Amino acid sequence: MAQPLSNETVESKPSLSEELRKPLPKILQTERRGRILTFVSSWVLIVILFSLLIFITSKGIAPFIKGEVSFSNFFSTTWNPSANAYGSLSFILGSLIVSVCAALVSAPLGIGAAIFMTEIAPNWGRKILQPTTEILVGIPSVVYGFVGLTVIVPFIREQFGGLGFGLLAGVIVLSIMILPTIVSISVDTFQSIPRHIREGSYALGATRWQTISRLLIRTSLPGLMTGVVLGMARAFGEALAVQMVIGNSTNLPFDLFTPISTLTSIITLNMGNTVQGSTYNSVLWSMALILLIMTLLFIVLIRWMTKRRDQLQ
Amino acid sequence: MNAKLVDRIATVVFYLITFLIVGILIGLIGFILYRGVQVIDWEFITEAPGSLLTGGGGVGPQLFNSFYLLVLTMLITIPLGLGGGIYMAEYAKPGRITQMIRTSIEVLSSLPSIVVGLFGLLVFVQYTGWGFSLIAGALALTVFNLPLMVRIVEQALTAVPREQKEAALALGITHWQTILRVLLPAALPGIVTGTILAAGRVFGEAAALMFTAGMTSPMIDFTDWNPASPTSPLNPFRPASTLAVHIWKVNAESIVADAKEVASGASALLVIAVLIFNLFARWLGRFIHARLTSSSKA
Repeated sequence: MAQPLSNETVESKPSLSEELRKPLPKILQTERRGRILTFVSSWVLIVILFSLLIFITSKGIAPFIKGEVSFSNFFSTTWNPSANAYGSLSFILGSLIVSVCAALVSAPLGIGAAIFMTEIAPNWGRKILQPTTEILVGIPSVVYGFVGLTVIVPFIREQFGGLGFGLLAGVIVLSIMILPTIVSISVDTFQSIPRHIREGSYALGATRWQTISRLLIRTSLPGLMTGVVLGMARAFGEALAVQMVIGNSTNLPFDLFTPISTLTSIITLNMGNTVQGSTYNSVLWSMALILLIMTLLFIVLIRWMTKRRDQLQ
Repeated sequence: MNAKLVDRIATVVFYLITFLIVGILIGLIGFILYRGVQVIDWEFITEAPGSLLTGGGGVGPQLFNSFYLLVLTMLITIPLGLGGGIYMAEYAKPGRITQMIRTSIEVLSSLPSIVVGLFGLLVFVQYTGWGFSLIAGALALTVFNLPLMVRIVEQALTAVPREQKEAALALGITHWQTILRVLLPAALPGIVTGTILAAGRVFGEAAALMFTAGMTSPMIDFTDWNPASPTSPLNPFRPASTLAVHIWKVNAESIVADAKEVASGASALLVIAVLIFNLFARWLGRFIHARLTSSSKA
């Protein structure tokens, strides 16, 4: 403290207290620079999102604007690019049905596992299931696809006949992939329920199952649904794992055992093989746009559900 | 039926569900490792894939590409993610712009990776004229990884006890200095753990890379380390298929004679890598935490 004091007196600048009250310009400058730097990096996110929305949208609506494809052509079920029939409805339906079915299979399992972790065996149940779900999240989707291709498809072929590829194989693979999402959201929901609600129920003489089924599941229903919808959204956008087991035929998705296609599978398979600028290629971009719109709809739905949940609590 | 019996049955059902899920995981990992270990040897890890007809060879270049792409992606993502996370945790005031950034994070992190890949194809491959290249792949992966990274940094920063920040500010140092010298070091374990977990996700990503980094791997010469040379492994403008893309490709084309073996081995490598990332993230986070807290005591 003594040294700066002597320096100041020698240079006989404005009084020391004044000098100390005024921050150094250099410090102010780094302060401002830091602020700007971080602000710019967060703006990158907005720029990316908007350019993505603009690019994909303009590419996706181009074939309709240019008149290469009509809406009634696009939303029909006949897919035959060599005859100018670009009906994508069966792929849209395929995507929807496979993800809804996967969510329906996965929901009871995931919610059940969450109940096990929070209500039945909070100690060791959590110790086992927590790492299990974390590893399931970490496994790359191509690996799921490969296992589906080498285990599930042959299994279905032997048990039920047919090719093995199809809706059922897709649903099985996807339901395992979205399980972690449903489990972790459900666990969060159950944990947010105050302890005294459970205690009140037990004090009234209810059994554990009665408490779970009549109280916990009902109170946490909006939260559980959010988890299921999130899982469904993830299944809807999954590309490679689905493509590897779904069969890639243009059949309508109303049978568990016939090979079908989804939006993602048809895009993955054909985007690389079609000529840039051809109608076929442009229609694939329109499907990508549908995929984007569906994702946005899922987000809106989830937002609405969380808002409702917050209002209820 | 009496209530106690129903309760028993329900409990049994919950146990069954848990065992089913754990069983699925063990079966999955066991199957992948068992199939893979039969294929993986030194040659498989280092050699280039053999010709289409004969098969054979390994996945050396793909393995290298996966790691190199991860490094490139992290070089872009970590600074941007730190910046964005710091802004959101420390500077952002409630308002329209903050709300917009939050929405962007939410939307970007829930986009299907194939859509991100198509955006990459449009912008980083076609618009820039780079063609299928590592740098296009790294930028596409950034789109996919950045929102996650911002969230990780923000959460780690907001988890730092308020008192630490207040103490620093009370000592008279500026906000930016507080962030750099007090908050970031305290948040480091969380940031490191999160970053490595995100890296694991990037490592196994394929759908965003098929149309950006490409599905082919031209000959690369591992003795040529000049990044400007077209056959150099370090050249960021060469097309490169990663392990995950390679697995998809050999299965989808199914012309390669030993597709199943290659896919088994590569899948096992991927899963082993992801497991290592997971364990390493946890260990490193704990290690840094221990080091920081013990050194601050001294």
